[in-house]
Amino acid sequence: MTAAHAARDTATMLRRNLRHMQRYPGVPVMMVMLPVMFLLLFVYVFGATLGNGLGHGLGGRGVYVNYVSPAIILLTVASSATATAIGVAIDMTEGIVDRFRTMAIWRPSVLAGHVLGSMIQTLLAVAVVIGVALLVGFRPTAGAAAWLATVGFLAMITLALTWLGVALGVVAKTVGTASNTPMFLILLVFLGSGFVPTASMPTGLRQFATYQPFTAFTDTVRGLLTSGPTGGHAAVSAAWCAGIAVAGYLWAVARYNRGPAQASAQ
Amino acid sequence: MANLNPTERPAAAAGADPPGTHAGMVSRRPPEHLPATPASAGRTGLAVEARGVRKSFGDQVVLDGVDLDVIEGTVFALLGPNGSGKTTTVRILSTLLAADAGEIRVAGHDIAREPDSVRAAIGVTGQFSAVDKLLTGRENLMMMADLAHLGRADGRRRAADLLDRFDLSGAAGKMAATYSGGMRRRLDLAMTLVGAPRIVFLDEPTTGLDPRGRHAMWQIIRGLAADGVTILLTTQYLEEADQIADRIAVLDHGIFVAEGSPEQLKARVPGGHIRLQFTDPQQLETAARLLANAGRDDETLSLQVPSDGTVATLRALLYRLDQHTIDIQGLSIHTPDLDDVFFAVTGHPTASEDNQR
Repeated sequence: MTAAHAARDTATMLRRNLRHMQRYPGVPVMMVMLPVMFLLLFVYVFGATLGNGLGHGLGGRGVYVNYVSPAIILLTVASSATATAIGVAIDMTEGIVDRFRTMAIWRPSVLAGHVLGSMIQTLLAVAVVIGVALLVGFRPTAGAAAWLATVGFLAMITLALTWLGVALGVVAKTVGTASNTPMFLILLVFLGSGFVPTASMPTGLRQFATYQPFTAFTDTVRGLLTSGPTGGHAAVSAAWCAGIAVAGYLWAVARYNRGPAQASAQ
Repeated sequence: MANLNPTERPAAAAGADPPGTHAGMVSRRPPEHLPATPASAGRTGLAVEARGVRKSFGDQVVLDGVDLDVIEGTVFALLGPNGSGKTTTVRILSTLLAADAGEIRVAGHDIAREPDSVRAAIGVTGQFSAVDKLLTGRENLMMMADLAHLGRADGRRRAADLLDRFDLSGAAGKMAATYSGGMRRRLDLAMTLVGAPRIVFLDEPTTGLDPRGRHAMWQIIRGLAADGVTILLTTQYLEEADQIADRIAVLDHGIFVAEGSPEQLKARVPGGHIRLQFTDPQQLETAARLLANAGRDDETLSLQVPSDGTVATLRALLYRLDQHTIDIQGLSIHTPDLDDVFFAVTGHPTASEDNQR
């Protein structure tokens, strides 16, 4: 199995997944709708009050939209794991994966195709969500270099989370399970520095929030887009991403190679 | 109920039943392995060569020491009821499942040591649809061409060929989700053939198809065999194995109970049987003494009388019963089917868990 074959098989699988998104756009639409809903909710319902809390009584909605938009972007990225897990689980529960298993192709190409497809889908969804954020008053101060860095940074997180999503999709026994298990990632965006500063939380929660990966992710994106400090958050994020990606990849490939989850009894 | 083509009936069935034939129908015969290969064929003439294959799921033994030889370029049918181990055999031979024990070579390659060489030589169509429903028929075939590493132009030509051959050209641009069951099955098999495999495994290729679809599938399989492709298929129907296979192996609870050509197998159940139903054990007793070659079932108060099912033999049987004033409650005529073959070679009916030892 040469590297050229591996690349070609992965490209074939990627084409397959891109077609799926075109023909069955339910998942991509959900990926945009959920963050946009939260954006509108937090800006227009809670925004004025939360903004005042941030700006010592003077912030209002304008301050809060800038604060919360990076979290909304990460919410979009976090939901990529759900979308990937659903796509993989659908594949695993149908006969097509058995067909791929009996072919002399690069084995992980089935999974790698899902990862690349999800990355493209996620970055497109992020672009739409940023567009909506700009419409409701998000005013990033980032220059071209900072924007480029943001895109690269988001791609890195997406890569890590989609491999985790692939693993969760491979181990899921049903598509329903696959759509639920990655939900904890979305919760992590809330239990961090995404919507309110961690300093305002009670001690136990604050300690958790400070050290969980999404706080580092959020602080880095916020720093890049609003020209604030990113500090050590970028490096911490990179370490988290590397760990999640490697663990997700190894878990997914091991379970995929082990064969069908439910062995046929006849 | 299988209806054997009358012209293909073994000669024995046309005349009186040879007396010795039915002794084995009631007692369990040891499995009889007729020679599978001409001595000259040797290793190289075998597409599949398996020795002592075992597989268990938990404490359930699914394959209990199976030996299998499939000669290159022939059609081999694994015949058996649900749960006999057919699908497991196909999954093991196609590298989807590892056997617990045994030596298996497919296309000359050891399945455990060189799975990718085996995969490059085989094509598999499983029992469950393995088409991508969100792709069109043509896109499905093009995907397979890409995965077989064919060039763009080659792939397109191959896809067009197969669409044509499988009568799918009209629906080539439609999503497979809109296909009927028969169309999906044909597309499934067409996808298997994109890489021009030398050995094709088909797991119950006609299950769920209507009679027309089934005949179309048989034609396709015959065409493949004519092109020199080795085919191993599983089926629950003797008629199907009879129609398309060169050799048939009968699988029962994970072991082969009989193996041979369709003629050899059918010769063991010449012409099926007539089933007589009684209401009174006394009548059953009298009839059983009168018809010594019949299989007797005391529980259901019935007799299975070997018969070719012709009107003449039926009339003769009824006349005999009449002469001895034996009353029968009912009667049914059975042409030979899987149940008869099973009964003949195992001494117990098919698919009954109670009969499992």
